[in-house]
Amino acid sequence: MGNAGRLTTELCGITLDNPIIPASGTFGFGYEFAEYYDINCLGTFSFKGTTKEPRFGNPTPRIAECPAGMINSVGLQNPGVHAVVEHELPRLRECFHKPVMANVGGFSPGEYAYTVEALDGEDCIGWYEINVSCPNVHAGGAVTGSDCRATAEVTRAVRRVTKKPVIVKLSPNVTDIAEIAKAAEAEGADGISLINTLLGMRIDLRSKKPVIANKMGGFSGPAVLPVALRCVYQVYEAVKVPIVGMGGVSSAEDVIEMMLAGASAVGVGAANLFDPYACRDIIEALPGALDKYRIGNIRDIIGGAH
Amino acid sequence: MEKTVLTVIENVPVAKDVYKMRLSGAAGETGPGQFINIAVPGRFLRRPISVHDACADGITIIYKVIGGGTEDMSRMEKGTRLDVLTCLGNGFDTAPSGDAPLLLGGGLGTAPMYLLAKKLVCEGKHPRAVLGFASADDVFGADELSSLGVDVAVTTVDGSLGVKGFVTDALPEEFSYVYACGPLPMMRAVYDKTKTDGVGGQYSFEARMGCGFGACLGCSIKTTGGSRRVCRDGPVFRREEIIWETREG
Repeated sequence: MGNAGRLTTELCGITLDNPIIPASGTFGFGYEFAEYYDINCLGTFSFKGTTKEPRFGNPTPRIAECPAGMINSVGLQNPGVHAVVEHELPRLRECFHKPVMANVGGFSPGEYAYTVEALDGEDCIGWYEINVSCPNVHAGGAVTGSDCRATAEVTRAVRRVTKKPVIVKLSPNVTDIAEIAKAAEAEGADGISLINTLLGMRIDLRSKKPVIANKMGGFSGPAVLPVALRCVYQVYEAVKVPIVGMGGVSSAEDVIEMMLAGASAVGVGAANLFDPYACRDIIEALPGALDKYRIGNIRDIIGGAH
Repeated sequence: MEKTVLTVIENVPVAKDVYKMRLSGAAGETGPGQFINIAVPGRFLRRPISVHDACADGITIIYKVIGGGTEDMSRMEKGTRLDVLTCLGNGFDTAPSGDAPLLLGGGLGTAPMYLLAKKLVCEGKHPRAVLGFASADDVFGADELSSLGVDVAVTTVDGSLGVKGFVTDALPEEFSYVYACGPLPMMRAVYDKTKTDGVGGQYSFEARMGCGFGACLGCSIKTTGGSRRVCRDGPVFRREEIIWETREG
């Protein structure tokens, strides 16, 4: 078997050429990265979080730097689902020819369902990633999916309107992430993705005020990898559905570690913002990393650390 | 955008806390008003810095030491190799400039005016420049612009060099177009002062960026054409696109 076959994995019944999935919000609708490299080398990617209505997002500054990471407070800026269908997906289809992951946000179960229904006729969509975990759209950094009941309600509403795989994206800013994963699985989620960003803050020493206009934002980058690994490990023990593991992944070694924790596929987020070629380079480095750690096929190590 | 490795061949102070860094290597074809995004070892985000001059074998930037990242940069020695994204942003368009465009630089906003002036002069036009600074210690870039044959006026807020006041206190009577880069209050004053005479212009904005190439939506602003990314759709915007209210919050 050549190197290519060693990287295949499966996510909710769909085979991925490799486990690498640029995370939502770091990869737009793909076409801008397609100017830099052929994005068909990716397993898939999760497109920019889409809501029922257009959203400008939060005031600026929206970005703060941290040691080994960053805080963002973009606030689900997107043109709204109808503009996404009309303007963004045609451009996406021109440069990406595999099933794509549609990331969906919302403010009520009905809004999530509305957006999924509006997208459901698009053949290019392979999975829905239901974001119940954005820390940037509610006052005080609260997330929709901060408890089992709210997560279950959103999952149920979305499950009712689509036959495509539904992956629920969870927040680490909760007491027990495994319980919330179980609640999503019980309502018919086909997969779980985690983690969204950690709620964080930075304060400017000159102005003595928070750097981010919205005060708080989502912390991501290499610093959060251990938190993400712990969460993936816990959720793997709690549910049977596959996991998309993400949080701080920026190398082939990180991908292997995340899959050993229990991920069937691996999201790469902040790394794309520092280096637009990050995902391509990780995919190219994976076969060598598998050799180094005496791994034959990457799919054989999923959950291997348990 | 191009990802490349450039080598520091000069890194010297040119004013108070302001440094000029010359970088050698294949940097792509950079236009006036574009910027580069430099990976500073040990820092997670790159540092977006506007291009002062560009030629076939390298790029010159002028930057101010503001925080830890730019402080690290100021200590970089000749021979340091840097991971850089080049040719970023939508720069100045010289097509609508007319014969006598006015270049207005406020503080570090003076940096991109040199490459712009070079291009305008190359096109046979006759740019003039007004450069504004806080004090004589902060002044840089005037002699370089003069060497291109550009008529340059300098203003300082404390009057320690040139005209006392702001760039708007030293505007020539006639000019065909405005190119401005500087602090928001300066650019807004220029915008207001040139409102009635129907002179067009382009304004270059600064923003706290995440990626610098349009992916993260960290630097979005509202314009008359909808939301735009300073890093990718800008940093230069035409005056009719600008909505000031959302720029100052």
